Amino acid sequence: MSAPRSLGREAWRRLRKNRMAFACLIGFAVIALACFVGPVVCGWFGLDATTLDLELLAAPPSAAHPLGTDNLGRDLLVRVLVGGRIAIVVGLTATAVALVIGVAWGAIAGYAGGRVDAVMMRVVDVMYGFPTIVFVVVIRAVFDTHSLVSLFALIGAVSWLTMARIVRGQVLSLRQREFIEAARAIGASPARIVLYHVIPNTLGTVVVYATVLIPQAMLTETFLSFIGLGVQAPLASWGTLVTEGSTQVAVSPWVLAGPGLAMGLTIFALNFLGDGLRDAIDPQTR
Amino acid sequence: MLRLIVSRLAGGVAVLAAVATITFLLLHAAPGGPFSRERRLQPAVQRNIEDRYHLHDPLWQQYGRYMSGLARGDLGHSMKRPETVGAIIKRHFPYSLTLGLMAIGFAAVFGTLLGVLAAARKNTWVDYTAMSVALIGISIPSLVLGPIAIRYLALELGWVPAARADGVVGYLAPAAVLGLIYAGTIARLARASMIETLGADYIRTARAKGVSERGVVWRHGLRLGLLPVVSYLGPATAGLISGSFVVEKIFQIPGLGFYFVDSVTSRDYPVLTGLLVFYVGFLVLFNLLVDLAYGWIDPRIRHSERAA
Repeated sequence: MSAPRSLGREAWRRLRKNRMAFACLIGFAVIALACFVGPVVCGWFGLDATTLDLELLAAPPSAAHPLGTDNLGRDLLVRVLVGGRIAIVVGLTATAVALVIGVAWGAIAGYAGGRVDAVMMRVVDVMYGFPTIVFVVVIRAVFDTHSLVSLFALIGAVSWLTMARIVRGQVLSLRQREFIEAARAIGASPARIVLYHVIPNTLGTVVVYATVLIPQAMLTETFLSFIGLGVQAPLASWGTLVTEGSTQVAVSPWVLAGPGLAMGLTIFALNFLGDGLRDAIDPQTR
Repeated sequence: MLRLIVSRLAGGVAVLAAVATITFLLLHAAPGGPFSRERRLQPAVQRNIEDRYHLHDPLWQQYGRYMSGLARGDLGHSMKRPETVGAIIKRHFPYSLTLGLMAIGFAAVFGTLLGVLAAARKNTWVDYTAMSVALIGISIPSLVLGPIAIRYLALELGWVPAARADGVVGYLAPAAVLGLIYAGTIARLARASMIETLGADYIRTARAKGVSERGVVWRHGLRLGLLPVVSYLGPATAGLISGSFVVEKIFQIPGLGFYFVDSVTSRDYPVLTGLLVFYVGFLVLFNLLVDLAYGWIDPRIRHSERAA
């Protein structure tokens, strides 16, 4: 008889069996790795993100420049890889920020219940009424900050609402369970119960939603770059590259194709992975 | 029913007031103002301009003046353009409305179709194809899809105009680009909820009574299965018709989206606050419509405590 397997291991096994989702996980890992290591490797071949190749302005893909060059003669492959670094870091940090706020908010509201819950959820409702993107735009424009860190934090700070709702819903049902009752009976403090007993049991759902948040944060970054409030030159992100490409699509479509494809593939992989994870953690939904 | 409408409208007014207040305070708390610029004007001139907009009054007076104007339906006067906020909305809203309605119409029909097909043929190639299409729709930013549509549909094939939409044909490409993301979301919502609905007892009863598979799915199942889609449509419609900056800019449609962004970057406070209030007004309205639709679609909800 085989040893009983933990829920996490069981979920991992189901994810492995879902070939497409597993391929997406590998795919995302490969893209991320390429973005962080790729530019260094390209450097050995004399390609970097800022050198202007004046012979080849806005040149289509060739052996020297696999994804072509932009209208200043910069190599697009390296720029896409370097831009991916920022996009991925934006996605991950913004998600982490949203995760911390959302889980804490939802868990406290759900576990405390009563008036605390009502007030905390009203706050979420009011913020839902606000187009979150406007928040980011207003704060960035009005306070005139161009720092990357504040960009990450801001995107995260407006993305936690749904997370809070999801976690709260989970906590409401967890709260009634016997093991929480037992923890309370042996005298565990509310803080301890929330941290050690409630939150770990919501992590499955949280992980699933987090994979959806990463692409959302990337799209937010793209929008901000499009309106000129995102990453500032000479830094490049997928947002700025796609913006650049979108203006030149009539004459040099490859300027859009490279970053657009990289971004689309990454977001697709993450979304698909999110679905796969959901099915793996909660097989009943399939 | 009437009580529901009245109480929801009252709540809506409260949300509107809250949004106006938050925006007002946020903008006034920020350093710099709409008339601060690189090159200093003569102090007297600067003072005169700012006085015209009462920027030197105490904050609570400015706030009171704005809110009482708002209560009378007056959104104020732009600080950067020689017109009122109401005039800007009146001139540019029709474009955003047309685009938004076409986009949400496309998304609702196409998304529901994909989702229901996927649910009815769960775990077959139909399901996988439909859901892949939905996922691709969600994954391609309109900033990428829009220019591609212009290049291939407009410039090479010449099926639609490249920009400056006139008539319905001109809106087809931007509406499809804009609607595709929403279609993907709707398809996924519809699939999940249809699968649940098709497993319900009343569906088994319908099958047992000999209703055709098509009737079961499209008549009996769809009615309840669409509830999550309906509640998604409320906020989505409100967001879509109040202007979408990226798509409007790519396709050169003179909608409200431009003013949303421009009012922020140029610190045109009355325009930004006015547009936000305008949008939230729609949000409240469409959420109310969703609730009413819920009661109409599923009579059980009408008689439960949800109405309270």
